[in-house]
Amino acid sequence: MMRLVLTISAAMLLAACGDKLQTSAGVKSDTSAFQGAQNSFVAPGWTPGDKTSWEQGLKARLQNTQNEYSKTK
Amino acid sequence: MARMKFVCDAERCIECNGCVTACKNENEVPWGVNRRRVVTLNDGVAGEKSISVACMHCSDAPCMAVCPVNCFYRTEEGVVLHDKDICIGCGYCSYACPFGAPQFPSSGTFGVRGKMDKCTFCAGGPEVNGSQAEFEKYGRNRLAEGKLPACAEMCSTKALLAGDGDVVADIFRNRVVQRGKGAEVWGWGTAYGSRQAGQPPAGAKS
Repeated sequence: MMRLVLTISAAMLLAACGDKLQTSAGVKSDTSAFQGAQNSFVAPGWTPGDKTSWEQGLKARLQNTQNEYSKTK
Repeated sequence: MARMKFVCDAERCIECNGCVTACKNENEVPWGVNRRRVVTLNDGVAGEKSISVACMHCSDAPCMAVCPVNCFYRTEEGVVLHDKDICIGCGYCSYACPFGAPQFPSSGTFGVRGKMDKCTFCAGGPEVNGSQAEFEKYGRNRLAEGKLPACAEMCSTKALLAGDGDVVADIFRNRVVQRGKGAEVWGWGTAYGSRQAGQPPAGAKS
């Protein structure tokens, strides 16, 4: 009987030891976009990991796909 | 590079909802959630104007200010993103947002435990760029693929512009000069500060 009581008591006392911490770890770090994506949809014409190349590529794409005045001149 | 911005040219938007469709298709957004939608002002009245609205990725984002668990963060390019592993779905951001951007789906991978979902400027979230985990939680990361948001790239009339703020402003400024009217950019003052709000050029017939 005593053993049963001890076992139940120990189980109740130690129950919290298995709980996960409830504290927030904060936002997971996010990799910069210029590092490139790990899939097969990456647009050609720029070098993943090269920020300047990525920026120039996006600017060129913006002018080519969204500025029709640059095409009509 | 300047920060990323959206501009919707109300003089050009024809309410085709191509941007809404492109967004839903690209990010596989579930039923009941519209990261982007088209709003028509004075619908049915001559001179009605339509604008495409989504998260504007504000300079001083109210959603970030009110979030009780700090799940929001801003990327180097000024894109406001959030971590769905931290979001508790309280909805405070929904009340704070002047654009009605935060969405709260009730089912599916986007909506487990009612976590908030919104436009990511096609920049994914805090998972490995281009990974399946990122796609399932946040949608495509087109910026990391060297592309711009699908909504703007699919816009048939080029009413919706997205990308580097300086370039976008230049394109829009050129249009206003060419047509001589329609310099008011809906939402810019709210999102990026009053100095950013479009003002008609002196002598323009706006």
